[in-house]
Amino acid sequence: MPRRDDIRKILVIGSGPIVIGQAAEFDYSGAQACKVLLEEGYEVVLVNSNPATIMTDPEFATATYIEPLLPDSVARVIERERPDALLPTLGGGTALNLARDLTDDGTLERYGVELIGANYDAIQRAEDRDLFKETMAKAGLRTARSAAVTSVQEALDALPDIGLPAIVRPGFTMGGEGGGIARTEAEYRQVVGEGLAASPIGQVLVEESVIGWGEFELEVMRDHNDNVVIVCSIENIDPMGVHTGDSVTVAPQQTLSDRQYQLLRDQAIAVIRAVGVETGGSNIQFAVNRETDEIVVIEMNPRVSRSSALASKATGFPIAKIAARLAVGYALEEIDNDITRVTPASFEPTIDYVVVKWPRFAFEKFPGANGSLSTYMQSVGEAMAIGRTFKQAFVKAMRSREIDVVPSPPEDTDVLLTALETPGHDRYELLFEAVRRGISDDELCARTNIDPWYMAEMTAIARGEDPEADLVRTFKAVDTCAAEFEAATPYYYSGWERPGRDGPRHEVRRGDNASVVILGSGPNRIGQGIEFDYCCVHAAMTVRQSGRDAVMVNCNPETVSTDYDTSDRLYFEPLTLDDVLGVIDIEQPEGVIVQFGGQTPLKLAQGLTDAGVKLLGTPVESIHRAEDRPSFGALLEELELKSPPYATAATPEEALTAADHVGYPLLVRPSYVLGGRAMEICYSREALADYLRRHAPARQAGAEGALNRPGAAEGGSGGAEPPRDIFLDRFLEDAIEVDVDALCDGETAQIGAIMQHVEEAGVHSGDSACVIPAMSLGPDMLAQVEDATRRIALSLGVVGLINIQFAVFGNDELYVIEANPRASRTVPFVSKAVGVPLAKIACRLMLGERLADMDLPLPAHPGHVAVKEAVLPFGRFPLADARLGPEMKSTGEVMGIAADYPAAFGKAQAAAGAELPRGGSVFISVTDGDKSSATQLAASLHDLGFEVLATGGTAQAIRRMGVPVERIRKLSEGSPNVVERIEAGEVDLVINTPTGSGARADGYEIRRAAIARGIPCITTMSGASAAQRAIRSRLAGQDEPVSLQELHAATAPDDKSARRAGQVSLMGSGGGAAE
Amino acid sequence: MSAYLLLEDGTRLDGVAAGAPIAATGEVVFNTAMSGYQESVTDPSYRGQVIVFTYPLIGNYGVAAENMESDAIHARAVVMREGVDREDVPHAEGGWLTWLADCGVPAIAGVDTRALVRHIRDRGAMRGGVFPGDMPEAEAMERVRAEPAMAGADLAREVTPNAPVLLDPLTDTAGPTIAAIDTGIKDSIVRHLRERGARIELHPCTTSADELLARDADAFFLANGPGDPAALGYVVDTVRELIGKRPVFGICLGHQLLCRAVGLETTKLPFGHRGANHPVKDLETGRIDITSQNHGFAVVGPDGANTIDTDEPVRWETDFGAAELSQINLYDRTVEGLVLRDVPGATVQYHPEAGPGPHDSLHIFDRFLRMVELV
Repeated sequence: MPRRDDIRKILVIGSGPIVIGQAAEFDYSGAQACKVLLEEGYEVVLVNSNPATIMTDPEFATATYIEPLLPDSVARVIERERPDALLPTLGGGTALNLARDLTDDGTLERYGVELIGANYDAIQRAEDRDLFKETMAKAGLRTARSAAVTSVQEALDALPDIGLPAIVRPGFTMGGEGGGIARTEAEYRQVVGEGLAASPIGQVLVEESVIGWGEFELEVMRDHNDNVVIVCSIENIDPMGVHTGDSVTVAPQQTLSDRQYQLLRDQAIAVIRAVGVETGGSNIQFAVNRETDEIVVIEMNPRVSRSSALASKATGFPIAKIAARLAVGYALEEIDNDITRVTPASFEPTIDYVVVKWPRFAFEKFPGANGSLSTYMQSVGEAMAIGRTFKQAFVKAMRSREIDVVPSPPEDTDVLLTALETPGHDRYELLFEAVRRGISDDELCARTNIDPWYMAEMTAIARGEDPEADLVRTFKAVDTCAAEFEAATPYYYSGWERPGRDGPRHEVRRGDNASVVILGSGPNRIGQGIEFDYCCVHAAMTVRQSGRDAVMVNCNPETVSTDYDTSDRLYFEPLTLDDVLGVIDIEQPEGVIVQFGGQTPLKLAQGLTDAGVKLLGTPVESIHRAEDRPSFGALLEELELKSPPYATAATPEEALTAADHVGYPLLVRPSYVLGGRAMEICYSREALADYLRRHAPARQAGAEGALNRPGAAEGGSGGAEPPRDIFLDRFLEDAIEVDVDALCDGETAQIGAIMQHVEEAGVHSGDSACVIPAMSLGPDMLAQVEDATRRIALSLGVVGLINIQFAVFGNDELYVIEANPRASRTVPFVSKAVGVPLAKIACRLMLGERLADMDLPLPAHPGHVAVKEAVLPFGRFPLADARLGPEMKSTGEVMGIAADYPAAFGKAQAAAGAELPRGGSVFISVTDGDKSSATQLAASLHDLGFEVLATGGTAQAIRRMGVPVERIRKLSEGSPNVVERIEAGEVDLVINTPTGSGARADGYEIRRAAIARGIPCITTMSGASAAQRAIRSRLAGQDEPVSLQELHAATAPDDKSARRAGQVSLMGSGGGAAE
Repeated sequence: MSAYLLLEDGTRLDGVAAGAPIAATGEVVFNTAMSGYQESVTDPSYRGQVIVFTYPLIGNYGVAAENMESDAIHARAVVMREGVDREDVPHAEGGWLTWLADCGVPAIAGVDTRALVRHIRDRGAMRGGVFPGDMPEAEAMERVRAEPAMAGADLAREVTPNAPVLLDPLTDTAGPTIAAIDTGIKDSIVRHLRERGARIELHPCTTSADELLARDADAFFLANGPGDPAALGYVVDTVRELIGKRPVFGICLGHQLLCRAVGLETTKLPFGHRGANHPVKDLETGRIDITSQNHGFAVVGPDGANTIDTDEPVRWETDFGAAELSQINLYDRTVEGLVLRDVPGATVQYHPEAGPGPHDSLHIFDRFLRMVELV
């Protein structure tokens, strides 16, 4: 059956903010799907709260709504847009859960919206643990012995049957959040309790453990003709017990014989048929006992997933794109294989290389979290590498991670071996160390349960055995068919091969067109996420539009940038100097763009320049001038701009001395950091001394350098590291922080937007909510900020983007905190708030265009308010303290747009997963300095109908204002105390401003309990005041959702008059934006 | 020790010697399956061929008796990107490279197999060989040129049994007796028929029609096998005597022989189909199976067309009445199966028995046996 023409308008739901377990892969799949549906002639309505995505770019949908992904918000969009169908399979668990909610509450039926791509019953059969087991049993497939329980008592009743260790899996959560392994009865009670709290349906599955078995995944697609294909098999090197997102995984599977693999394939097909996914892709996980051939079906995701993105990149088979086509009526055989263009999609890719995916962890960001891996996902990103052999791919993937801190293995070998028994984020480094200490493969296999085949390959790497040292770097193509057919798609990777008579047998079809190489941002990590990928994709679009070939280099399989459709040529390569030079050698590009991929490509700027490579845009000298404190300080002096007193020190002793000149409180951090790694505020000399003890100069990555080939030897982590200085900055307490993204062509500079942070200075800009326009700044200060921005950009010689952070202290003191002459993480947010794609404009400037010729429709006074809010992963790290500080901890962001600030703030909060309550109880506990504003706040919340709870001093202060308050006990004051009240669900909002760093203080427990219960927990007074206003606004009624296209219809360059109309309608009473 | 692969057009790729340290020549063909190396080299259809595996790691799970498709290695030599020799993995009874060496089969590893496969894809399968590094290239080329071409080669005689082999069903209740002309039958085919209750007789390919008919079997089966179907005129003549007297089924070479027997032609494909991922569409049901394939020749339509443009089960007039096109390959739209409509008979070009490959088409055996029952 070809394309359905009984539907016209399709609603697509995205996955919302980047969180652990649900990341950029859904931007990739969502963007692909939207593109396909538009190509097919449908109207596409998109709802997603994440501005840092390509899919929320206005050209990817007919109407784009940046709204919270909550049933009532989406229902309002449905009411307004009246789509014919809802495609929920491309936005992860979020979209699928929303589809279920909207079915359950009757919204879809009420508005006649048909679910396509997955039917309700199939979703239930896959996601409801009990139903899934029942379905598998009916199909004759084995699942682990298990019981679905809704209380701890039920779980205890099931224990005799299940046995210990047991696996606990909450129903309907993503990335296994809230689950875990229980080895003792006490652990069992605890993990079940947490799982019940994490599950939106209050159900967990307790399950027989198959820890130590091999873990396999198959990516399966089925069409409405019941034709099924396996796109890819993926094998986890880490055996069962480690979440697949945290495992090092390999495609295709390596260790099963054809006989064993075909049994798995048969079962995968049986699973998708039994569950009844009629059109689309599914990920099915199995545990296999390689000795006995026993197979246990673990779970299935009836939608595209992180694994399907990986499988797409690993094979060249674009699962999301094909899933979207299947959803609108096509059969697999009616869809062309993009890569060969002559064969249909109804086939199974076969590959002639090995793919290794390596997770990227961020435990160093969460002191207190212990770094051990379990059945719930904790990694924040991943890198994928393609090689011609397993060893090549493994080593490439290792160096693709760009880890900041190399784990230091225990001195004692017994301790080392014991550590290997509990899988941790550093297990392969420990394993390599154990090999170097002469531990045998057998011993290591016994300790780790890793399959002997992988162990032998890895130990050979660790021993530096390299019989292929004389091979040369050779670029090969990914083509879905092992070269059986000619590939039309230029998707390349490098392998090491024997050269032919005429040198390396490269497959790259370079053509004669000038090319520009865009360096991507590597694996997602905290501080460097999808925002940078967004900028790189925009650069590729712009380069293509300029008539040059866009060449992308990146190693992150989740992203849009590594979609072969994005660029003219994609090189799936690590972002080290050596690997990048390999690409440049074959591309001979006109220039290289390092400005868009965050710190990763910027670190390579000097090395590239030294190698004679031309950088486009801001020259490397300017980058250094901005990053090097003394020379940047000198520049500011020249420009007569103030900056907080600072000092640079080479040793801890120097730092302590210099600190006296800088003055306290001060901000301390190592140089060259992104996301505020290891950055802290110290209020005293003692605190600074403590910091310096904890952050003695870290050993640098590069352990794997020895494994690289000759010529790649310095590839470890991007070549030689800059010297590690310590920076000390005077901290301006209570200042308002302001961020500016600006464009500059070397002659003219133009402000993109001025953002005001909601939290005070001291909270990392990446974690702070921020708002456009900057409402607290008067016209004079705004003019000062603009002027300072222009002068800094011009004197640095910026060509492209620059981000400058300012602090406004008191009424009229402006301080420059720092300047980064590159795309910042706020670029997508700003672009969507003002309706001008800053990264694209910046790229045009880098290619030689001038601002003066552009006439950018940047609205000086936008008619709407946009709020960006950070999304924090504390729920994933139950032991880490949930407080904000100068080190960035958020994984993603959301955006709220509305006619006024409180409404926009409320939307952003709701979208960030901390929907503000409309009533109930608020618990307030603040530092002495915040007491007076806290009493004001308590009064306002009381007026809004909230019951106010507080401990000791805060309660007293509030009562003195005449506001009724219930005083409750601190943790130390016995039972029932605040933590117990929160745990009992008697608190709806927590306002708690922390002091000091005592990890076990009351504040820590309060925040931990709030996060465990999913209660909004606000840790700054300015945040609290914004929340109060947002609650008030929400109670007064919501305004109509408005699409980005309507909002900016306005700012289209050729239609300036419409702009005013658009703004007026947005401001109008509730619903006037329809025209 | 170094080794090299030389093609008849002079292309040379270097690598490392593995397996037996000798030279071997044959038709150089590539297989794109990612597992099943042992099944492939023991498949008699690879007689006379040098197999290039496109999957770079070969030998990961060792070798075991359960993976044998016959009692010997039939491939002349093996070409790999990386050869793995492991016997300490579950189910393995020996290491792959050790086993090749023990069987006297040479192999070469470390070859840029992708470059080689692209070359064969563009220029077609050709003669070539694997040679020890110290053998002069001129001598190697002489050996390559001495190798007979695959077109016109009768290799079935090399793999057919000397005397009939009789095999009982693997079930308690006996089904039909099937007499097979054994041009190199794979064990998986025999096993799947026996598992479905059939008694199997494997006859030398030179057995006459009269002898076969005298067996009074319920059906005849034409096996897979190596070489050019056009060189097996004597088997085709035999088959012509059988058609219409009993149901006749064919797989792979057997399919080509039956088609030639009803008057259709076969042709050599540029580089053949060898792998485990080809989509084949059943034109009656619309169902698409992912199939195991291993053939260098294909059946052409009565109009001489190598490919079929329609998705309809077209009927062709043959010497034995209507032959209906039952299946086509969706990769290159070549003929994948035929059903005779006026006499009982059916064929498939691909390998429903898998071994190695997906199990999607096992139903073909049920279909065959149902046809026997109906007659």
